[in-house]
Amino acid sequence: MTKPLLQVEGLKKYFPIRSGVLAKKSGYVKAVDDVSFYVNEGETLGIVGESGCGKSTTGRMLMRLLEPTEGKVTFDGKELTSISSTEMRKARREIQMVFQDPYASLNPRHTVEKILMEPLIVHKIGNTKSRKKKVYDFLEIVGLSSYHAKRYPHQFSGGQRQRIGIARALMTNPKLIIADEPVSALDVSIQAQVLNLMQDLQKELKLTYIFIAHDLGVVRHISDRVGVMYLGRMAELATSESLYAEPLHPYTKALLSAVPVPDPKHQREQIILEGDIPSPSNPPTGCTFHTRCPFRMEACTSVVPKLEEVKPGHFVACHLYNEQMQH
Amino acid sequence: MAVREIILEVKDLQTSFFTDDGIIPSVDYVDFHVKEGEILGIVGESGCGKSVTSLSIMGLVPSPPGKITNGQILFKGEDLTKFSEKEMRKVRGNEVAMIFQEPMTSLNPLFTIGNQLLEAITLHKKKWSKKQAKARAIEMLKLVGLPRAEELMKDYPHQLSGGMRQRVMIAMALVCDPKVLIADEPTTALDVTIQAQILKLMRELNERLNTAVILITHDLGVVAETCERVVVMYAGKVVEEGTVDTIFHNPQHPYTKGLIASVPDMRYKKQRLYSIPGNVPKPGTIPTGCRFAARCESVFGRCTEENPPLYETSDKHKTRCFLYDQKEVEVNDKTAATS
Repeated sequence: MTKPLLQVEGLKKYFPIRSGVLAKKSGYVKAVDDVSFYVNEGETLGIVGESGCGKSTTGRMLMRLLEPTEGKVTFDGKELTSISSTEMRKARREIQMVFQDPYASLNPRHTVEKILMEPLIVHKIGNTKSRKKKVYDFLEIVGLSSYHAKRYPHQFSGGQRQRIGIARALMTNPKLIIADEPVSALDVSIQAQVLNLMQDLQKELKLTYIFIAHDLGVVRHISDRVGVMYLGRMAELATSESLYAEPLHPYTKALLSAVPVPDPKHQREQIILEGDIPSPSNPPTGCTFHTRCPFRMEACTSVVPKLEEVKPGHFVACHLYNEQMQH
Repeated sequence: MAVREIILEVKDLQTSFFTDDGIIPSVDYVDFHVKEGEILGIVGESGCGKSVTSLSIMGLVPSPPGKITNGQILFKGEDLTKFSEKEMRKVRGNEVAMIFQEPMTSLNPLFTIGNQLLEAITLHKKKWSKKQAKARAIEMLKLVGLPRAEELMKDYPHQLSGGMRQRVMIAMALVCDPKVLIADEPTTALDVTIQAQILKLMRELNERLNTAVILITHDLGVVAETCERVVVMYAGKVVEEGTVDTIFHNPQHPYTKGLIASVPDMRYKKQRLYSIPGNVPKPGTIPTGCRFAARCESVFGRCTEENPPLYETSDKHKTRCFLYDQKEVEVNDKTAATS
């Protein structure tokens, strides 16, 4: 039996909106609103959603790069949300992050060696000699060579830079990697290289991934389970086979049908959603999706649907699957 | 159906950038054509020259350092590369229009939507009255599916969402009834559900107005869903050209094959993605011979020495690869027969 490595309960992040001369709080942007999930050891949890759905904010809160407004994050039996920032700093040795833009997340003035050595210095791991060796080892592991150590980030291509970003995340031997759109800035052929690398590393180093992305094809490819977010809430959460074969939430259905498939003969019924995503500063009442939902019922405009298990391992937050609400 | 005539033809186009490191041809002898009312896709990864090609057609290559160094761009039989800036202004927006990737940066934040639409109309239709122009602007906004068009004329770009802005851009591009619309990554900055809306709109408008569309994108899914014919570019050259069906179901060039295989498909799970080894050659360091040779699995002697021409492998299908040279095909057949 695998135990959850990370457990998230009721996570919320409200950003205050300040206006007027005295900058009084005039409201909140509910970026993440009551999100709960868990990640088992050795698996990959994908989080998908369109811009503004709160997927990146969720990822940042797990590492406490953003302080959650409410909620509990438990990692490996330790509650991360209640510890001091000094202790949190130590805990980050076990949780590392890979960012979207490999151009912005590497210091242009440091050599690759210095960039990779820094996590070891921060966490006081080893001495200069063993650190150097580790840098060379990990450069080889991510498919670069030891002679790359003396170069600067601008001397690398986008794909190579993302490899450096991954190597940096691996330096402290973490258990969990949070990857926030790690391949969306890359070309398809390079994207495939990086995805394969991430899968190989997972097997080799027994890593657990939280993979945040907007590309549904990429997420299906890499994830064991997938969560779909919409306007700060988790709309559906299931194994990737179950979610892609039989999506339940109307939003997931529309989202999956909207993705262009690279096959001109592919026939399918496309559900085209009307309108845009509402602003998270003034989200619709009840189910946040009800303004665009083709199956809207009366209850949807007033009652917030809870994420409930409707099939083993398949969770959905929609009144259509809640018998009490149907009557 | 009537035979559709070729409306725009690009012949041996070479666009070079004159830099401190020397002359770098970013588009190198590119040929293709678009017929009336057709949707042509140009696909390729970053740096393949697809955007420079479109800027060359519009006469918008930043000069200096860029310059069209060879070739012709024939629009209705007239060579656009020979046009003066003044003549080009009449073509641009009027006959050939363009929409860009990021609608926020292509709209002026200081002017209302109505103001910007009217500017486009009055520039080209000098004889129109104000009233006529305004009616046309509102008609176009309605055509691209924007609600409350009259009020929208008074709105500023920041008041609209990304999808609505892209609709305004399309309305603006189509306001003078162009014959050709060049769309450079029109949906890349948009979310999938909005992308689906915009692609549907573009297909509908293409059918209704019979505007030829050149859709430039890196997304193979978008191409499969929208285009009739596809041109695949790699490192400044066209490597394959064919109908959308042949390109996706019978790709010939090793690059096209690799590109299609490396896209994760949402419909089923592949155990491992195919990946093309190596990187796109940097501009200025283009090797002799086939530009894909260094990353190609089927590379052989000739590839690194000669530059392969575009072979016509069947009706409407062209491939720039020596594997499809008749001589090589015969040799391969012989070796297959003897072994």
